[in-house]
Amino acid sequence: MPIIEAIDIGTRFGSTVIHDKVNMHINQGEIYGILGESGSGKSLLMKEMIMLQKPSSGDMRVLDYRLSTIEYKQMQELRQQWGVLFQFGALFSSLTVAENIKLQLKEYTNISDAMCNEIVKTKISMSGLPTRAGALYPSELSGGMIKRAALARALAMDPKLLFLDEPTSGLDPIGARNFDKLIMELRDLLGITVVMITHDLDSIYSIVDRFCVLADKHVVAEGSIAEVLDSTHPFIERFFKNEYAKKRLGVPHV
Amino acid sequence: MNQTYFRTHHDGDTTTIISLGEWTLHHEPAIRKALQTLELKQNIIWDFAEVESFDSVGMLLFITFYQQFKKKASIKLVGYTQEQERLYRLVFAHYTKESIPSRDRNILYRIGELTLSSYLQFLSFLEFMGHVTASFLRYFVNPKNFRYKEIMYHIQQSGMNAIFIVALTSFLVGLVISYQSAVELAKFGADIFIVDMASISITRELGPMITAIVVAGRSGSAYTAQIGAMKITEEISAMRTMGFDPYYFLVLPRIIALMIALPLLIFFADVMGILGSAFAAKMELNISYMQFMERLQEVLDTKHFYIGIIKGPIFALLIALIGCFRGFEVSDDTESIGSQTTASVVNSIFFVIAFDALFSVILTQWGI
Repeated sequence: MPIIEAIDIGTRFGSTVIHDKVNMHINQGEIYGILGESGSGKSLLMKEMIMLQKPSSGDMRVLDYRLSTIEYKQMQELRQQWGVLFQFGALFSSLTVAENIKLQLKEYTNISDAMCNEIVKTKISMSGLPTRAGALYPSELSGGMIKRAALARALAMDPKLLFLDEPTSGLDPIGARNFDKLIMELRDLLGITVVMITHDLDSIYSIVDRFCVLADKHVVAEGSIAEVLDSTHPFIERFFKNEYAKKRLGVPHV
Repeated sequence: MNQTYFRTHHDGDTTTIISLGEWTLHHEPAIRKALQTLELKQNIIWDFAEVESFDSVGMLLFITFYQQFKKKASIKLVGYTQEQERLYRLVFAHYTKESIPSRDRNILYRIGELTLSSYLQFLSFLEFMGHVTASFLRYFVNPKNFRYKEIMYHIQQSGMNAIFIVALTSFLVGLVISYQSAVELAKFGADIFIVDMASISITRELGPMITAIVVAGRSGSAYTAQIGAMKITEEISAMRTMGFDPYYFLVLPRIIALMIALPLLIFFADVMGILGSAFAAKMELNISYMQFMERLQEVLDTKHFYIGIIKGPIFALLIALIGCFRGFEVSDDTESIGSQTTASVVNSIFFVIAFDALFSVILTQWGI
């Protein structure tokens, strides 16, 4: 039973068609990548999963909720079961990092203030920030720190589902690999299902279990790397079978 | 929640805790409450075989109590799975005694901070003025660089587009003051003096002031928000690297445009204010429009009109300078756009009124 399923998703703005009958599914406990050229509607597809955008046609199923017929109360339940890391962090600029992380805990649970602080500290440390960074405001953080703080916030409620929009973009290569390792660890230990938009070849090869490739308004390939590489779609040729990708990673089989 | 999260039984000097159910986020307060009331013997055996699920919060809770119990008793942990052990290692690795430093400051600190920041703001205002003056002088050295297009655009935005609201406001103010005073004047049979009172006060004081306040609210705030947003998105930095001086390209066109537009708006406000007053005079005192106009020509010295108009460029300078300065003061967070825009409107209205008062005093001293 897939944890997320897109059924014939269509997205149109006026006469511009972004998605035309997009079908894909994500299984429990997977690290799932969404790949595609810029403008192919990757972020839009993710936005449709997290209810920031309604598809023009088709239906999305997330954790057994049908998003086309979902009611307000169920929406709120669903929103507490996922964490979202936005590309540029989207931390609330009037709150410190610690307050950003604590926000949902205070709002949705009865956990005592002292324990909230413990949770916040653990999440800050897990995301690779020093504890004292909790007292800083987002404007006082560097780009990489913003990403980590935003991850800590996304993990605050121990979500079942984690959505990451280009998690390693803007990080240095070592930071990016550590980030990958962290995501992998969280998936293994907490059973989180991770959905990520990424262009990072290293991430795709090392941590992503399955992924889909969006091009020409459709999903042109879906599955593990070996399965996707079977496709001869021009975008996949360009992306995986260029000199750089071959030299760097070695294509498993072509 | 009336669920149990563990069973205990005592055997000699040994307590066995058998954890049950979900040790997760939403159950944390209940588990904590139950654990706190637990009475323990010297030896503890803690069994996890029956736990359904653990998340990081549940693990953190376990760690807290494990540390606490360890001080008083010897504990043996049994029945945990490999995954639970790995989760324990992960959470324990990030469990820290260090606390997040507090950002709360005492009153003295805050007074000091406020004083210092006001002083620094004053300094940066001086710097801003210096830049504006320097760019202004450069305008005249090289007049072909005059940004006519931008200036016209801002005259349209801050002048033309404000006509309706300025007209309506001043018409209503003219109407209201005349209505209010008509009753009093009628008591003395001094009906016709309503023209003197209304026309002089409107052209000399109220017209300029109302126009300036409306423009401060409309355009001053817009200047702050526009420049502030450009600063956050690094457009201003981009301009600098391309050699486009932001004072030259952003500030001066706005100042010059407003200095041209505001006097024109004031003239318009004067006309509408007097019309409003004439309307009230007709309604309340039955003074005909012809009578009103004849009296107006007799009593309204042109100096009153000129004094009102001359305030225009000065108010415009104040509003545009404050609006642009506040825009440059916006720092890297979205909240500061809001606070700077508020400050921009409050400051410019205050300075408009303060300068108006100054004018009154000086002109009265000079006997004008």
